[in-house]
Amino acid sequence: MAEITDVVCSLCGCVCDDIVVEVEDNKVTKVKRGACSVGKSKLLGHERIKTPMLRENGELKEVSYDEAIKKAAEILYKSRRPLLYGWSSTVCEADRVGVELAEDLGGVVDNTASVCHGPSVLAIQDVGLPSCTLGEIKNRADLIIYWGANPAAAHANHMKRYSYVSKGFWTAEGKKNKKLVVVDVRQTMTSKMADVFLQIEQGKDYQIFSALRAILRGHGDVVPDNVGGIAKEQLLEVADMVKEAKFGITFFGMGVTHTGARHNNIVNAIQFTRAAHLFGKWSIMPMRGHYNVTGFNQVCCWQTGFPFSVDLTRGYPWYNPGETSSTDLLARGDCDSALIIASDPGAHFPGAALRHLAKIPVIQIDPFANPTTEFADVIIPSTISGIESPGGVYRMDNIPLRLRKILDTDYYIPDEEIVERIMEEVRALRAKEGE
Amino acid sequence: MAAELLIRNGVVYDPINGVKGEKKDIFIRDGKIVESVSNPKVIDAEGRVIMPGGVDIHAHVAGGKVNSGRLMRPEDGRKGIEPKTKVCRVQSGYSVPNTFATGYRYARMGYTFVMEAAMPPLAARHTHEEMIDIPILDNAAMPLIDNNWMTLEYIKSGNTDLLAAYIAWMIKATKGYGVKVVNPGGTEAWAWGKNCNLHDTVPYFDVTPAEIVKGLAEATEKFEMPHSIHVHTNMLGHPGNFEVTTDTYDLVKGIKPYRDRPAMHATHTQFHAYGGTTWKDFESQATHITDYVNANDHVSIDIGSIVLGDTTTMTADGPMEYDLYQITGRKWTNCDVELETGSGITPFLYSGKSPVNTIQWAIGQELALLIKDPWKVALTTDHPNAGPFIGYPIIISMLMSKKRRDELAEDVHKVIFDRTVLPSIDREYDLYEIAIITRGMTAKTLGLAEHGKGHLGVGADADLAIYDMTPEERDAGKIQKAFLNTKYTIKAGEIVVKDGEVVAAPPGKTIFVTPECEQSLMDEMLVTLKDKFDKYYSVTFNNYPVQDAYLPNPYEIKAPMRG
Repeated sequence: MAEITDVVCSLCGCVCDDIVVEVEDNKVTKVKRGACSVGKSKLLGHERIKTPMLRENGELKEVSYDEAIKKAAEILYKSRRPLLYGWSSTVCEADRVGVELAEDLGGVVDNTASVCHGPSVLAIQDVGLPSCTLGEIKNRADLIIYWGANPAAAHANHMKRYSYVSKGFWTAEGKKNKKLVVVDVRQTMTSKMADVFLQIEQGKDYQIFSALRAILRGHGDVVPDNVGGIAKEQLLEVADMVKEAKFGITFFGMGVTHTGARHNNIVNAIQFTRAAHLFGKWSIMPMRGHYNVTGFNQVCCWQTGFPFSVDLTRGYPWYNPGETSSTDLLARGDCDSALIIASDPGAHFPGAALRHLAKIPVIQIDPFANPTTEFADVIIPSTISGIESPGGVYRMDNIPLRLRKILDTDYYIPDEEIVERIMEEVRALRAKEGE
Repeated sequence: MAAELLIRNGVVYDPINGVKGEKKDIFIRDGKIVESVSNPKVIDAEGRVIMPGGVDIHAHVAGGKVNSGRLMRPEDGRKGIEPKTKVCRVQSGYSVPNTFATGYRYARMGYTFVMEAAMPPLAARHTHEEMIDIPILDNAAMPLIDNNWMTLEYIKSGNTDLLAAYIAWMIKATKGYGVKVVNPGGTEAWAWGKNCNLHDTVPYFDVTPAEIVKGLAEATEKFEMPHSIHVHTNMLGHPGNFEVTTDTYDLVKGIKPYRDRPAMHATHTQFHAYGGTTWKDFESQATHITDYVNANDHVSIDIGSIVLGDTTTMTADGPMEYDLYQITGRKWTNCDVELETGSGITPFLYSGKSPVNTIQWAIGQELALLIKDPWKVALTTDHPNAGPFIGYPIIISMLMSKKRRDELAEDVHKVIFDRTVLPSIDREYDLYEIAIITRGMTAKTLGLAEHGKGHLGVGADADLAIYDMTPEERDAGKIQKAFLNTKYTIKAGEIVVKDGEVVAAPPGKTIFVTPECEQSLMDEMLVTLKDKFDKYYSVTFNNYPVQDAYLPNPYEIKAPMRG
């Protein structure tokens, strides 16, 4: 039995890196500290895809890695406009090769941000993002706002490690000298902990950000008695808390990015942060979901100049979300094959996009089966990053960390190697045709 | 790669070896300059100008804030779009080019080395990941070590030995090159929304920026460091900051550097040479700076010259970016980094119609033209802060041609005639001096010359540029064109650019320094540092250092403690 410390979790955007596990017979037998219940479950291991498979006449047939990779390359090489989607639950090394493959094929490369914090990126492109690292919040923050986010359920260690419950330099007494404001449409595990809970009407985030901005900028007189289900007195109370805070932070989740005014909600949230900054230090941060959704956006941005939804069919990078984003491309029927890696559009894409995805050849690369597996034609299992293979990832605050390898595998292949081998096969096919 | 190469009939400018426009053959074998070759491939330079590969002493090309700039500005990305070729990956961007374009465009200008000027230690892996994807160029990065709590505490306690141990650990942990200082104390103050001038007290830590600069210079010189502290002084971009700038230079006057270089490199000095009290009475104080530099040998500078047009400003000087955003109202990104540093990013348009921008534009040139000894001054635009690096050829053409400067003075705001002295300066740089401020001085100041950069002596890296011009060329337009796209760029003996086109894109190497500190000092420092990790950092001590996987082509320079 061996104890391994400083294990880095490959589950959510918190990327906790102080996990201690026990390993025996190449299995994690115990998670001794650091991980939340979901992270623990991943570390302890569960059912995975056992071998590569090809779908023939509707039935999945077990094949070798070579066969599956060859078939994947043939599909992609024959395509006019393949979609290479996912990339958020794998490492940057795989993302780098992924962008190169998309470039090589003349396809579209996109990650899950397209259907989660894509609107946040559009807002940043409009007004920028005043932010900080999570440790800043741990050491300094005295007012924390979670807006449209429920970390107690979705990012279970977030409050303990980085925000409301954590202890830092100027916050040595933990939550004692901090205030927590939660804004949501329903009561949540997080809202139960709040000093102030604003239970707002569905889709009224934009109006409430505007009202708070107006009050902070000295125009409280224009705010009506009730905004989005919240009484003006309560908004004035929150505004006073904002004014008194020395260091404040707004964390926002999918409850804001995908309702009502979408990216305009986030623009307004950022403008609210700018207004709050007139009184104290204020930052804002998206609650990124997958452990490396942020990392793909980084890689894609330094390689192509644009963070997601990049169309490379013309040979140069073309970025126009709405046109080049996965769900829109699919709904228009504009892709003739798809490589899905480290994600699950089967569970998350809208119907119109899924209907087309079900019609075209789909290659899936993932350690685990998910609804996408149900219609995938080529299935290639990979190592579990952060357990069986190492690699770079970016935490939700853009801090880069390196996942560790804690178990051996003599069978499964890391994502980056699978994608690289597909690219080699594609190049071999092209060379052959050129002969 | 041809193992042997002979370059004939070039006119060579190699300042480090005192070669001043001599017709001379160059012999290359296995990526190095040698004395002779036996069976080479021959390039006939036909009388063209040859210089060693350019060495950029200060640019922001890789890492968190550069990429935040790209992410925030798709409109800039759209400007530089180019399709992939057989050799090149896709390109995008003008002021914030993607990593591939960064490598190709530098190489096309004859540059073969770039120093990433500001690496936030906690995000060092990011900087290195991007440098892997910058083709052709050798590179290095300087970690920010001046607003770190450890530094501030050791400055307060006056323990320079432990500060030296901390510096050593930090440079090693980040695979960095030297000590970068950016608005010392001011960036920590910015974590509470404040700023600091040179003699202000940093909130809570009870030290002054002046003490930080002096302490860091002393601690740095305890090692055989190739480069001095590299300083972005306080009050960047503020009217009337010129005295703060030279007061900062004064701080290192008595410090004896390890080797024949100054004890401080002061960067993007254009932003620090401002007179007046507000933007209304704003004026150039370049002469105040150049008088100082001419009279003293303990400081070198780079100019940070403006390239007129739109750009993306980015710096660890968070409060400065906030001030700039307050002026323009354009988009603004900020990222404070726990226990260490911060950063801000905002777009900016330098317009020749604006009196302030015109004065700024003049100052960069004044600095270069009024410093008598070119070995004290480097050509930079603080890319992309004063303008993108792709503007270097414009600046070269202006420094080389009084006629061009006079023509341009007519196009910009007339304030140039009464609040700057630029129109009265007659000096014109010659090619030898241009070679000094773009490779000789920079390689020497960075301590890279003995590691084969910036010169063409036997044993040096075979990095060189053949510019498509003769030494007699006086036409500023033709000079600019020649410096934008080389006839040939050769990197480690391989032809990477031919007739302005990238024909090969091998990976560059990352040069890093390993300061070697006495173990007892290191152990004592680590007790304090580990406590910081346990209590205040959001990552663990063991997960912090940059792993070897992030430097696929490493080149180590050891820096032992001085005897």
